[in-house]
Amino acid sequence: MLRDITLGQYYPVDSFIHRLDPRTKLFGTMIFIISLFIADSWLSYGLATVFLVIAIGLSKVPVKFMLKGLKAVLVLLIISVSFNLFLTDGEVLFKFWIFKITREGIRVSLFMGMRLIFLIVGSSVMTLTTTPNALTDGLEKSLGFLKAVRIPVHEISMMMSIALRFIPILIEETDKIMKAQMARGADFESGNIIQKAKAMVPLLVPLFISAMRRATDLAMAMEARCYHGGDGRTKLKPLKYKREDILTYLYYLVYMSICIAVVFCF
Amino acid sequence: MQENVQDIQIEAKKLNFIYGEGTAFEQYALKDVSFKIRRGEFVGIIGHTGSGKSTLIQHLNGLIKSTSGELYFNGENIYAPKYDLRLLRQKVGLVFQYPEHQLFEVDVLSDVEFGPKNQKLSELEIEARAKESLALVGLDESFYKKSPFELSGGQKRRVAIAGVLAMNPEVLILDEPTAGLDPKGRDELFDEIIELKKKRDMTIILVSHSMEDVAKYVDRLLVMNKGELVLDGTPKEVFKQYKFLESIGLSAPGITYIVERLKKEGIDLGDDITTIEEARDAILKYIKRKDKNA
Repeated sequence: MLRDITLGQYYPVDSFIHRLDPRTKLFGTMIFIISLFIADSWLSYGLATVFLVIAIGLSKVPVKFMLKGLKAVLVLLIISVSFNLFLTDGEVLFKFWIFKITREGIRVSLFMGMRLIFLIVGSSVMTLTTTPNALTDGLEKSLGFLKAVRIPVHEISMMMSIALRFIPILIEETDKIMKAQMARGADFESGNIIQKAKAMVPLLVPLFISAMRRATDLAMAMEARCYHGGDGRTKLKPLKYKREDILTYLYYLVYMSICIAVVFCF
Repeated sequence: MQENVQDIQIEAKKLNFIYGEGTAFEQYALKDVSFKIRRGEFVGIIGHTGSGKSTLIQHLNGLIKSTSGELYFNGENIYAPKYDLRLLRQKVGLVFQYPEHQLFEVDVLSDVEFGPKNQKLSELEIEARAKESLALVGLDESFYKKSPFELSGGQKRRVAIAGVLAMNPEVLILDEPTAGLDPKGRDELFDEIIELKKKRDMTIILVSHSMEDVAKYVDRLLVMNKGELVLDGTPKEVFKQYKFLESIGLSAPGITYIVERLKKEGIDLGDDITTIEEARDAILKYIKRKDKNA
């Protein structure tokens, strides 16, 4: 059950997208998101679909994994789609009781649904093909210019990578503690809300303690290896653009230009 | 030996378990594992890290359901639709690795009471059970009101084991109970487990990766490798295959090697030596015999 969470879960296969520089992928995701927000016609969404399908195809990650992330936002998706469907004014198609469905409503809600789904799937392409470490490396490097205005970019990205690294560890720990308490007769499933909340105590207390213990251990280990922030720190594998990255940037440029052209011309 | 059906407490038939079926992470954790465990037996399960021992024991109290195969407890199929898994978990007490990580209550006594409370016993009974279990693991009244978090590592572990014992299980499974303890703490804990076995007459299953630890205590060894059950027999039978054990990343207790070496040098101490004490007696006997002959 807990294994279903895909956030920060890298899918280890070798593909064109896996080999790209993390900065290229970050930028690509950004481009894709921008293109989704300026899209206002079927043609624009068609373009975005093509872009996404190509990315998924190249990534060699099973589509099933890509769609897993959608489960988490299903409720949000249903709510926003139905609000747009029932509450948009315009040419009325059906009417029953207090609800009416308009031609514009259908259009807006379909676009809204597609936009949300594409957003999630698009970012999943990035997180499934990039290790958390590579991702924060890419972020650190791309946002390096912020250091000029005294934003501790390195520290923030270090915290991010540690947080990401700890997600699977804590999930595993939760699973373990849950099992240990179930072996002592704990019941996490039945009962009303108050009983369920109470049943969480034997799970949450050990989990917090273990998180604290791990944090202290990690801080100690980092200090023992003389970690003192980002100044003067070099990298074992510095990020470097390759030919594929440059080609990919060109591809982004073409995609973005077409998207903008479509928005202005139609 | 005559095998009585009533005696068989746990029976596994061709258990298979696959992690992450149908994904890139797919991995066999158990492969056609079959065995029978009799009531009152003291069994050791041994295997290298990742050999499937932890997965196997989690099957025994129904925390994991096998991908295929059958598992019987006291003659009943635990995968039958109406089978009460919560009752099974009370009868098969499982102490996880580093069990002290599951402690959560404000004091030792209430933590141990967690199990029996979940069994919905009367308050008197709950308290009696908790106190009895704490006594069994060698913790006296002075510990009752202490916070479990201010105890030493060995004491915490005892509290956690008492927490499982308090449910009065018929079978006690311990996963690496001495991991992370110093040699003294390890010996004490093992002695207590032996005491426990004598007093409660439980079936005990001990999981370990160290031959030395279990050889002294268990009646029977199950050896796991890459999800398969590769050897099943008394420690003496298993240790005879020390070459095979080495090939799967395990080793027989050090004393086995000394006895083998002596045999090569022409000093035959016999085939059934697994502990240092037995070796000592055999060597003394051998010297005496030699002196007489000389």
